[in-house]
Amino acid sequence: MFGYALRRLLSTIPVLWIAVTVCFFILRLAPGGPFDGERPLPPEVKANLAAHYNLDKPLVEQYLIYVGDVMKGDLGPSFANQDFTVTQQIMSGFPYTLTIGGAAFVLATIIGVVVGCLGALYQNRSADYWLGGGLLIGLVMPSFLIAPILQLVFGNTLGWLPVGGWGNGSIRFLILPVIVLTLPHAARISRLMRGSMIEVMSQNFIRTAKAKGIGPRLTVMRHALKPALMPVVSYLGPAASYLLTGSLVVESIFGLPGVGRYFVGAALNRDYGMVLGTVIFYMVLIVVLNLLVDIAYAWLDPKVRMR
Amino acid sequence: MTHFSKKFIVSAFVGTLLSVSAHAATLNIHNGGDPTSLDPQKISGDWENRIDGDIFEGLVTEDPKDNPIPGQAASWTISPDQKVYTFKLRDGIKWSDGQPVTAQDFVFAFQRLMDPKTAAQYAYLQYTILNAEKINKGEIKDLSQLGVKAIDDKTLEITLENPTPYFLNALMHYTAYPLPKHVVESKGDEWVKIGNIVTNGPYKPTEWVPGSHVSMVKSDQYYDAKDIKIDNVNYYTLEDQAAALKRYRAGEFDILTSFPADQFDWIQKNLPGQAHVVPFLGTYYYVLNATKPPFNDKRVRQALSMAVNREVIGPKILGTGELPMYSWVPPGTANYGEPAYVSWKDEPYKQKVEEAKKLLKDAGFGPDHPLKAQLRYNTNDNHKRIAVAIAAMWKPLGVDIELYNTETKVHYDEMQRGQVEIGRAGWLADYNDPINFLNLLSTGVEMNYGRWSNPDYDALIKRGNEQTDLKKRAEIYKKAEQLALDDSAAIPIYYYVSQNIVAPKVQGFVDNIQDIHRTRWLSIKE
Repeated sequence: MFGYALRRLLSTIPVLWIAVTVCFFILRLAPGGPFDGERPLPPEVKANLAAHYNLDKPLVEQYLIYVGDVMKGDLGPSFANQDFTVTQQIMSGFPYTLTIGGAAFVLATIIGVVVGCLGALYQNRSADYWLGGGLLIGLVMPSFLIAPILQLVFGNTLGWLPVGGWGNGSIRFLILPVIVLTLPHAARISRLMRGSMIEVMSQNFIRTAKAKGIGPRLTVMRHALKPALMPVVSYLGPAASYLLTGSLVVESIFGLPGVGRYFVGAALNRDYGMVLGTVIFYMVLIVVLNLLVDIAYAWLDPKVRMR
Repeated sequence: MTHFSKKFIVSAFVGTLLSVSAHAATLNIHNGGDPTSLDPQKISGDWENRIDGDIFEGLVTEDPKDNPIPGQAASWTISPDQKVYTFKLRDGIKWSDGQPVTAQDFVFAFQRLMDPKTAAQYAYLQYTILNAEKINKGEIKDLSQLGVKAIDDKTLEITLENPTPYFLNALMHYTAYPLPKHVVESKGDEWVKIGNIVTNGPYKPTEWVPGSHVSMVKSDQYYDAKDIKIDNVNYYTLEDQAAALKRYRAGEFDILTSFPADQFDWIQKNLPGQAHVVPFLGTYYYVLNATKPPFNDKRVRQALSMAVNREVIGPKILGTGELPMYSWVPPGTANYGEPAYVSWKDEPYKQKVEEAKKLLKDAGFGPDHPLKAQLRYNTNDNHKRIAVAIAAMWKPLGVDIELYNTETKVHYDEMQRGQVEIGRAGWLADYNDPINFLNLLSTGVEMNYGRWSNPDYDALIKRGNEQTDLKKRAEIYKKAEQLALDDSAAIPIYYYVSQNIVAPKVQGFVDNIQDIHRTRWLSIKE
């Protein structure tokens, strides 16, 4: 298992290198530079800035300097947030994203699986309609719509919860953003779980279990749950990637200091170091998450073997 | 000591602590974007100015109305030729670590600002100082050649290249803040990190969470600390204006520094008296590429300018009542008086359109031979709305406009390279003086995106710059402004307005033309 994981991680290095190289050159070819803006700078100031960040050197030399620094673990400076390096910024934002995204991931999985199971077991009955239908709201309503509604209702009208901010991680401040992040994933997981469970419940081995006189609850828990989870597990990888890379919308609406905003902001600011830093960070994160999903798959289905 | 008395003392102590913290006044300000840095030589935006203006103070500072008043300097004298300023520092001024602020700290800061290695974006703002530009350009390597000298610990002498009537105003700018030489030299680039940073303003920063907030507390070392009413300030990063308004309504913010324009009616009805929407030293305009036909023809430029119905843009298109702009320098600019206006300012709009049609016809354009052009603007809902409206206003003249939208970086890159026919631009003043606006039309400056060039205009600006008598200087500048307006050098559209919402409990917020409101002057009425 350890050897498999290590091989998988090592195999990503060439992919990472290609991605960084492509990003590096595409970014430099994009029109507009990091110091272009509403206030044009005098040429000498632009030259001073370019020299400060090595942008006055030939492109290939800049690339070699960057790759050399990355190999030493230095993701370089950020133009948009000069008091912090790219590494410092990512490391400062990630705990916030991890807290909110992690909570949303756990909640979405639990709610999705439970609601999906109930939907399958009480198929086409009121519990199925109410629970499944309720969660579908989260799927059809985008977060930029649902977040302001929740803020308005629970923050402004009822005054039960803070409208935004981090509040030193106090649970009251996390409730609304976590709900917004949880809803669409819980809805998707519940749909997957429901369909998969209905299919599993019609299999021969379940019929056999029922024939042996095992109660419905035990049949589900002991025999049906594990195989029915397979499609859910394959969805958990992308869901975790999405939640742990931060949601720009949720972070910007609730004013949270996570890493989601770096995705778009850095590209718009032509913050070369930050864009490349986030690419590297997210690629590593996604590879690790996919690896965890594969391991979970093998645990759920012994037919899947790791080579 | 008995058990009871011990318990009593502990309770009293805790009670005192609680009552102190309960009375500590905290101001929560919505500040838009994340600051680039706390280092005053690395910043360039108004959201950063708000923070740095609370934690640092220059020789001259702002009163609540944004007038220059003594800051770290107690007084100053100006030489008869108006080129040498001698500042006497206040007695007992200290950095937040208790070290004295000396004239050497100012010399150090100005030299660092001009040092090309610092790569300060706004260094050019202090180019009026002797040799500043040459040092920043690397033409002079010896930093001691800069015209800023410490006569002794308490006396600073600044020598200018030329007399500069707005120099005291420019000293309020963050590029003129002193730096703690003892900390910068010992900590290097790390000096600005929380835990290392030492400041000389009314507040000192205690926490910075990127993407969330910068917190600061009152500095007990500040010379006026006893008169400062607010103990803690939190500047919140939040670019989503609608979300910020919700947080304001929930009482989480006390001041909003911007709000969604489409909510203005709602705000006026539901938050009466809380919106502060007042004229601001900023202009919104379109440039026309005067180096390329047909915009090298004054008739075309004037026709397009006349056909813009400015009266509807502020109230109807933006909804926040921005004032129509018919001059180049905003009214209320210091050292100027009433600006010059376009000659057709007061004509009825219908008449303006008729004249515009005639001008275009004379230039060879009309419904049979439409003028086709591209109008470029940077991504923003308001810019889009205005561009669509103005294209519609030009339609009856037989002008066929293609709208072209790019992100800000690309837009300004292309504008600077002259790759525009008609382009959207805006300018917010760095300091309160007409030259800050008039320079936008001078030949060869980076901000002259339309590349309009007129030797007479340049000569007038040069003459005005050399004039030390403020009244005569204003007259010369006004002639230049009139010349540019008569030649339709660009299309002025509206004067910006500042858009703050201030909770009724916040006292001392005074509207001013540069939209600068230092926390030092505010208080909270519970």
